[in-house]
Amino acid sequence: MSVDTILSFEEAMEKYDPVLGFEVHVELNTKSKMFSSAPNVFGDEPNTNVNEVCLGLPGVLPVLNKKAVESSILIGLALNCKIAEHCTFARKQYFYPDTPKNFQTSQYEDPICYDGWIDIELADGTVFRVEIERAHMEEDAGKLTHMGGSTGRIQGADFSLVDYNRSGVPLVEIVTKPIEGAGSRAPELAKAYVAAIREIVKNLGVSDARMERGNVRCDANVSLRPYGQEKFGTRTETKNVNSLRAVENAVKFEIQRHGAVLDSGVKIIQETRHWHEDTKSTTSGRPKSDADDYRYFPEPDLVPIVTTALWVEQLRSRLPEPPAARRKRLQADWGYTDMEFRDVVNAGLMDEIEETVTAGASAAAARKWWMGEIARRAKLADVDPAALGVSPAVVVEIEKLIASGAINDKLARQVLDGVLDGEGTPAEVVEKRGLAVVSDDGALQSAIDEALAAQPDVADKIRGGKVQAVGAIVGGVMKVTRGQADPGRVRELILATLGVEG
Amino acid sequence: MNAHELIRSSAAVMAAKLASGEITSVELVQAHLDRIAAVDGGDRGVNAFLHVNTEEALAVAADVDARRARGGSDARELHELAGVPIAVKDLIVTIGQPTTAGSKILEGWMSPYDATVVKKLRAARMPILGKTNLDEFAMGSSTEHSAYGPTRNPWDLDRIPGGSGGGSAAAVAAFEAPLALGTDTGGSIRQPGAVTGTVGVKPTYGAVSRYGAIAMASSLDQIGPVSRTVLDSALLQEVIGGHDPQDSTSLTDPSTGLADAARLGNVKGMKIGIIKELHGEGYQAGVENRFNESLELLRGAGAEIVEVSCPNFGYALGAYYLIMPSEASSNLAKFDGVRFGMRKLPAEGPPTIERVMAATRAAGFGDEVKRRIILGTYALSAGYYDAYYGSAQKVRTLIQRDFAAAFAQVDVLISPTSPTTAFKLGEKLNDPLAMYLNDVATIPANLAGVPGLTLPGGLADEDGLPVGIQLLAPAREDARLYRVGAVLESLLEAQWGGPILDQAPALAQTAAKEAK
Repeated sequence: MSVDTILSFEEAMEKYDPVLGFEVHVELNTKSKMFSSAPNVFGDEPNTNVNEVCLGLPGVLPVLNKKAVESSILIGLALNCKIAEHCTFARKQYFYPDTPKNFQTSQYEDPICYDGWIDIELADGTVFRVEIERAHMEEDAGKLTHMGGSTGRIQGADFSLVDYNRSGVPLVEIVTKPIEGAGSRAPELAKAYVAAIREIVKNLGVSDARMERGNVRCDANVSLRPYGQEKFGTRTETKNVNSLRAVENAVKFEIQRHGAVLDSGVKIIQETRHWHEDTKSTTSGRPKSDADDYRYFPEPDLVPIVTTALWVEQLRSRLPEPPAARRKRLQADWGYTDMEFRDVVNAGLMDEIEETVTAGASAAAARKWWMGEIARRAKLADVDPAALGVSPAVVVEIEKLIASGAINDKLARQVLDGVLDGEGTPAEVVEKRGLAVVSDDGALQSAIDEALAAQPDVADKIRGGKVQAVGAIVGGVMKVTRGQADPGRVRELILATLGVEG
Repeated sequence: MNAHELIRSSAAVMAAKLASGEITSVELVQAHLDRIAAVDGGDRGVNAFLHVNTEEALAVAADVDARRARGGSDARELHELAGVPIAVKDLIVTIGQPTTAGSKILEGWMSPYDATVVKKLRAARMPILGKTNLDEFAMGSSTEHSAYGPTRNPWDLDRIPGGSGGGSAAAVAAFEAPLALGTDTGGSIRQPGAVTGTVGVKPTYGAVSRYGAIAMASSLDQIGPVSRTVLDSALLQEVIGGHDPQDSTSLTDPSTGLADAARLGNVKGMKIGIIKELHGEGYQAGVENRFNESLELLRGAGAEIVEVSCPNFGYALGAYYLIMPSEASSNLAKFDGVRFGMRKLPAEGPPTIERVMAATRAAGFGDEVKRRIILGTYALSAGYYDAYYGSAQKVRTLIQRDFAAAFAQVDVLISPTSPTTAFKLGEKLNDPLAMYLNDVATIPANLAGVPGLTLPGGLADEDGLPVGIQLLAPAREDARLYRVGAVLESLLEAQWGGPILDQAPALAQTAAKEAK
């Protein structure tokens, strides 16, 4: 794998104007598949959630999943799309073993949703409108696992295994129009756009929207052109960029790589690129021309879909609160400042905080944990905070343990570590690690007496009314108890011992 | 009448004898199995069957007999055709029997599911005698394109039985089965019916579920009945027809009252249209003579015969040979050696997925299948799509309009089913275009989705072979075909002194005893 020369992002941006485009595939969470009654369930034993239809056995016929059509219309409505009154499926034909019929049943000329838009809010509050070309229905392919090679790619593999559990899972592919004018905000916009799509489909309840499971998959198109040039440059399509951070990084990398290629006077090859999380770079995939011949033709085994105005309006009435409106409401409910709230949104933690608050924590505590300790650990692990493995329930339980005095903040951080290390629930970690606060006043009292005796001058100051000096004694007690005391209780006991009003 | 004599009667008569207790289903099934053993195998056998389902057929028959013997609700709830055996074209999938589609690529493949029509046969407790021969993937008009050898015409073992459903038609003509299922994409039920002197019906598109029929051209394929009488086809279509939620193109309101229409059989005051473009030039003289006689008979029975023109039918064959291969090239893509059926490794070089797929398809498909896949792949290619597939779809619309205009004037249309009687084995095998012309009269119905029926119209003067008469009705008016067909059938039987098939030469009983 040769390493590409790249420009610094700043230099690339000085010379070139980036144009973006996204194809986001959303897996719908319907009970059954797009064209068969086989279950749509992630993570089961390979080739168990299949029947003759999604295996493409001889003689089978597809039957369209009505729920999947409704979910697709909901997505279209949430993206301000027009809904086609009449649309059809087509066969996209290519031979590949993850596609049991050797064609994918997809929409081609007449997508169910078209001509929409979505406003994307960037970190500083700038709003950027992305135009949606279309959102169409199709079926997912099976999953190939290439065995025996060093790269996990088909090249060099000894053999490949196919899991058809995913074959026929309903997909909606959302395609943007070319996005111009993002300038140096392009990588940030890319991330924000995919985050917004993920948020919308999750909010609609039509997808589990878990990027790490491939529920939301992004292909990012990037091209550069000299400033002032109207014609688009040649684009590359970076496939399956499967986290928000990767979307941002991949777009940034491709801008830098395109810049270097163009600078050297070479033409960009229109091709797919593969994103590599380990090297934070892309490598060449397969050449992709606009004239790839998939021999599309209308799917003769399905009848056209007719969407009545009544049906569409019934679905529209089911649309949940739009995410932007929801953000306004949540910020007000939680009492966060603009900056606090934006940080939460940018960290992708709004849902987690909402769930945490719903589960019983205060808004302040939820923010403190998610944006503090959890975000810090996520950064160290190089993952999105939401993907670190901390559930809202854990945060709530830790908060309850603190509130009950069982642990303090310092111990709580160790509890979090324990949970992340797989030692069980917060209560179990407290138990196993012996982290409970020393709440036996007798034990504390002797530590306090010891600390007061060790610092008689400080004790005198406190007696003399300088109550703020109590901190030094509290510190001493905490040191002796190795942090396992409740500092509030220690303070009370010190003041009581010295006969001073707190 | 014992069971061995009874195999020459109609399914309706067999059903009546079963119901009256005159014979048992086991006797009836065994008589057919004996007949199959006597005439089907060996060098000069009919070769209508690719698989004979002896054990299961007898078990189903025994179950029907037991239910009838028990009486009460067990007997009362039996379907009218319960215990009457049937053969199934080997394009239709069946649990417990191999399904080959007449191709090497599926040799030995056992379907894990039943076609909807097979489920319906099982629900009616009709013993399935076995699977019948066909042109590979139903591509052909002579059954010579079967990878398992041609079927022979019971009227003359050196002649073709038509195709693709030559096996089903020959089995019924040779009294190996009273009923059979066929599939008709461009005439594969009707043309074999014509050249074997049997009855065959292509129902309205969507009237019978296609689920489990291995697709050739999805927008044209239709499963239908094969029998010796018009009433028998009506009875069988009532068993297999109706809406199927597993077939999105299945009608929710298919034609009903088919058997009643056949029993009613009245043409007084009906207008019957001769299609100007579907007779005359290009049609064998004997075919033309029998066709004209049928017109006279219908006129005599009180029908008004008029001529109508369907000016776009001349383009039907061309449009069909673009749409059918286009869809077939796509439908047959799944036969790649990955999930089922034959898998062939390349003779040399690395067994990469592309090379294994290519080697499997090269070894598994016959020439006619490859010809159509290549044609269809080409017709759908970027840059050619509009000129070929697109134009063909426009012709299709014009043909539908021709039918609409014709049916505005008449109740049913009539034509010869096939331009010629059965030709010799091998005669057209190396001339695909000549072969394709056999379907010139049957193809328009598939393109328009309307129903068509063929019945024997007598024997051609020059060769003494059966001639088929085709009736066509508007979509969902299948009952009209049975009503007119039954009248013409009885008039012809009166004229010929009995069923046309009675004139067929007795098959040499010596034709190899080895059962398959």
